[in-house]
Amino acid sequence: MEIPRHWRLKKQRYALVGEICPHCEAKIFPPRDVCPHCSGEAKTPYQFSGQGEVYSYTVMNDAPAGFEENVPYTVAVVKLAEGPMVTAQLTDLGEEPVKIGMPVEMVTRRIRSDGNDRGMIVYGYKFRPLGLGPH
Amino acid sequence: MTEVVIAGIGMTPVGEHWDLSLRTLAARAILSAEKDAGGLKPQALYIGNFLGSMVSHQANLGALITDNSGLGGIESFTIEAAEASGAAALHMAYLAVSSGFVDTAMALGVEKVTDMTDGVEKILATGLDFDYEGFEGVTPAAQAALLMQRYIYQYGVGHAAFNWLPLLAHTNAVHNPNAMYRKALKPEVLQSAPPVVDPLTLYDIAPYADGAAAVILTRSGLLPKKPAQKPVRLLGSSVITDALALYDRPDPLRFDAARHSVEQACRQAGILPGDVDLYEVDDFTSIYAVLALEAAGFALPGEGTQLSERGHVPLLTMGGSKARGCPVGASGLYQVCEAVTQLRGQAGALQVPGARLAMTQSLGGPASTAVTHILKV
Repeated sequence: MEIPRHWRLKKQRYALVGEICPHCEAKIFPPRDVCPHCSGEAKTPYQFSGQGEVYSYTVMNDAPAGFEENVPYTVAVVKLAEGPMVTAQLTDLGEEPVKIGMPVEMVTRRIRSDGNDRGMIVYGYKFRPLGLGPH
Repeated sequence: MTEVVIAGIGMTPVGEHWDLSLRTLAARAILSAEKDAGGLKPQALYIGNFLGSMVSHQANLGALITDNSGLGGIESFTIEAAEASGAAALHMAYLAVSSGFVDTAMALGVEKVTDMTDGVEKILATGLDFDYEGFEGVTPAAQAALLMQRYIYQYGVGHAAFNWLPLLAHTNAVHNPNAMYRKALKPEVLQSAPPVVDPLTLYDIAPYADGAAAVILTRSGLLPKKPAQKPVRLLGSSVITDALALYDRPDPLRFDAARHSVEQACRQAGILPGDVDLYEVDDFTSIYAVLALEAAGFALPGEGTQLSERGHVPLLTMGGSKARGCPVGASGLYQVCEAVTQLRGQAGALQVPGARLAMTQSLGGPASTAVTHILKV
């Protein structure tokens, strides 16, 4: 059980809330309170649109502990429309083959269970092909 | 500046050592290095180790290993930089000896992977950004796959363009007595290998294994008149970091830390990368070796896979991590011990003729940490 560390990250995990730098306007995800571009203090929350495209991807057939129930799953680096990149699983792929450059949008999904049957279920962002309708 | 020399080296064979514990592996490499150096003992021991506290449930390795290796009471602690831990420990030893604070220091890389029969992949993933990469089910191999997929897309090369690296590694390891796989590969085996983590095949990924390697450093003025071995000078030692997470880099296909680390180490040594007679590049995965070769300036971005046709500096001369085996945090010190073996002229069938200048580079993660050393006889 690692409740505090998941609870602490709920805004970014559930809603893709990052930060915007008041000095250089850079949009920052994940939030870190220090701008990676100009090293200035950056604590202003910024809501990302959740839209982006696939920068790269791979399929995991052999999962690390905690992800066995998801196998096979597709992991991608997604370039968000606002600039930053994020690592996330892809979901709702259906028969569509994943391609680099494919437009995707963020959805909230179950990531895994923390611990045994009685552990918390951890939710977070995944990305799915754009244009599938309501989440 | 004071000249720092390598007075002795020691390695255990790399493999699945079910019968040997972390402390025993360490002691064997330490005693072997002391013997190689003609009985020279260190006043400080810097230990490169990544997994001990998780796989072997053992921390505070400084006290454990010194006490179990006949070095009880000396300065000792662990240096951790994921897969580059051992190379980082050598950097620490270099700082200690070159500063004059310690006369003789030992850097030890030790890793015990096979104490767990499963769950190791999750532990190795602690070298990633756990909150934003490990949490998503990404592993070190998955990171390499993400980079290789993008590389293939961006530069229009096929997967087969990477095959020369594992072929070269396995060809060389045949004659390395410490190697895990001493069997050459047939090219057709690589061509038909299915992807394990698409597009990486089994042959793109170095196998994790147990091992320990140690290096004794001292200053040239402290060597006996007739040293036990031909001293190898350590002319450059550089540790550079990049963003830990792949997604945090402006161009993930550019190994900036690898490049800056090569530049800094070469500047210290007063050489250019093209001057070296051999380069022990990090081949944890074949894509990392290609990106590291590009970062060091041996090829332009996108052209690293072409080096097999164009010709290149001798690489992976003892089999690299792919075929010698990858003892994770110890692999950086295996590279250094292998380079020293070459520079002393003791590499037997694998000897690079006339080798006088060598470069080694060990990467923690996808060059999140890059450690480069320059050695010369």
